[in-house]
Amino acid sequence: MAAIVITYAVVNGGIYALLAIGFSLIFGVARLVNMAHTGFFMLAAFGLFYCTKKIGLGYIEAIAVTIVVVTLLGILVYRFIIDRVREHHAAVLIITIALVMIMESALLWRFGGETRGVPSLIGGYVDIAGVRILNQQLLTVGVAALAIIMVLLLLTKTKLGIAIRATAQDAEIAGLMGISASRILLVTMGLSVALAVVAGILLAPLEGVRPGMWGAPLVTVMVIVTLGGLGSIKGSIIGAFIIALVEQMASFLIPNGGYLTGTIILLAMVIVLIVRPAGLFGTMFEEEKL
Amino acid sequence: MLRRLLKSFQYGVLPVPGRLLAIIFFVFLFTLPLITDQRFYVIMFTFASIFTIFAVSWDLLSGYTGQLNFGHALFFGVAAYSSALLYKYLGWQPWATIPLSVLIAVVTGVLTCFPALRLRGPYLSLLTLAFPLMLAGVVVSLREYTGGENGIAALPALAGSEVQRYYICLIAMTVSVLIMWKLTDAGSSNIRTGLIFHAIREDEIAARASGINTVRYKLLAFAIGGLFAGLAGALFTHVIQSVGPSSLSLTMSFQAIIWVIFGGIVSIYGAVVGVFILYPLMDLSTRLGDIIRGLSIPSTPFFVPLIKIEHFVLFLTDRPIIILSVVVIVILLFMPEGLAVWIRDKIERECPRCKLTNGFWRKECRACSASLH
Repeated sequence: MAAIVITYAVVNGGIYALLAIGFSLIFGVARLVNMAHTGFFMLAAFGLFYCTKKIGLGYIEAIAVTIVVVTLLGILVYRFIIDRVREHHAAVLIITIALVMIMESALLWRFGGETRGVPSLIGGYVDIAGVRILNQQLLTVGVAALAIIMVLLLLTKTKLGIAIRATAQDAEIAGLMGISASRILLVTMGLSVALAVVAGILLAPLEGVRPGMWGAPLVTVMVIVTLGGLGSIKGSIIGAFIIALVEQMASFLIPNGGYLTGTIILLAMVIVLIVRPAGLFGTMFEEEKL
Repeated sequence: MLRRLLKSFQYGVLPVPGRLLAIIFFVFLFTLPLITDQRFYVIMFTFASIFTIFAVSWDLLSGYTGQLNFGHALFFGVAAYSSALLYKYLGWQPWATIPLSVLIAVVTGVLTCFPALRLRGPYLSLLTLAFPLMLAGVVVSLREYTGGENGIAALPALAGSEVQRYYICLIAMTVSVLIMWKLTDAGSSNIRTGLIFHAIREDEIAARASGINTVRYKLLAFAIGGLFAGLAGALFTHVIQSVGPSSLSLTMSFQAIIWVIFGGIVSIYGAVVGVFILYPLMDLSTRLGDIIRGLSIPSTPFFVPLIKIEHFVLFLTDRPIIILSVVVIVILLFMPEGLAVWIRDKIERECPRCKLTNGFWRKECRACSASLH
């Protein structure tokens, strides 16, 4: 049983990590809490479903189309809606919530409310330590790890990544160094949405797609990001695996635990916030301290 | 007495369009059952009154003191569930359950405040967001006592008839809004809370440096927020006569925020305007759907596109949240201060010298005749 718990924790942890990095990235750079983040994740899952099942594209084409279309959509939404109210923190929250509601309703109108299956990219399974692991799950872990490594390399080794991190640390000084803050924000938003899209594409074959699928991951991602420290990439990755493990243990060990997983991970978040408000790896700016 | 009232009406209300509109609005609400005897409108405005108390209490806590609370449904849900449980296990009637559950909500507010004192900004929002969700998980898992996802039904009604219920909720709303308006009035010389709440929002350290015990006032703000949100929750339970986990949901918390920000944050009247525009809008769109269903469109080929449009409109009216979302986005893009504040700025002008409000039609101040340009 321990093997099952660990397997599921690793698979879910990979997907959570992708979502949490994107959420954390845009928060760190723009101080923007994007409640529509898992909305893009949902759109990506539906994009894959639509391209493969309805249009009948091949898997590779479907993935390419989904990534490009949804990421572009994210950038357009940021440019024409979110960017205009960026100064008003509460307005950003409300607008992003309204956006995700519209996304959900649009999907509901087009596809209906039931859960739809998406075919796996690769079939079959392997036995590892007595646990039956689908090849699709292995692929998920692999792709997630690859995406995370690429993002880390991008942020630490390239000029663009350094510019992004500089803007996150101090937008004014970064501006003085000749970095265009608005362009960096646009790029960061694109990167953040692209990560959510990859997560959506990976999750769709495992759990199917339905229009309400943005709600639960949003809460989980917020917990992870708080646990790891808002704006910290390393914290998001480690937090994602911790929370995935806690979730799986809760639903396996506690009777009636399926209802309580949310409560338990939220409790973990509350404790972290009270004991160490900046999270495990986060840094708090001076003006945010009390 | 009457003459003094008339005089204050003539000089205090008539020249200020905002006050005039407020009085017309309340007169309309109090005479509503005389104007129409349709149950639909009476029930709609009953709920609007309850949600106004809820939204205004969020504005007081989060708008004025700047403690952005994303889990305001906690107080609403705690009071709703305690009313229901008090009836289920002790057999108490509404007149006893409502005060006690309001008290429980106040205690909840104070307890929430202790961890919240250490945090601010997005961290505080995330913390408060967690509480109602955690409680909802506990409530659903204790299904023997709370009925799980189905909740508790068949609770006693607040009063016999719909009109009686309407008046109870309306009076509760009027009194609560008046109290909260007075408490947050920064210009008042008797009550200092309004000024102090503003000071805490603008710069807490400066407020502390000026000798204000900010901890005490934050506790007060959470207690007042809990009190009125709890009142709304308890009234709501006894009007719909049931309670479920949806009273603790994210949607419930965000509804309050959407109403307040739509109407205008940090202005008590903004929250009232927000609820009384958006709630009827959502309700009426459902009604519109029923009317469209009543029409029968002939199914000849000529009308086929019309039927498609009908399906789309029906879908929209069944899920008014889409209309709400679009309206909110448009409003926030073009008037980020909120609708009520935007309108007030259009119809009123503050005198630059004596700070008296004037109607938009005046070129000179009505008291000191300074130019208003």
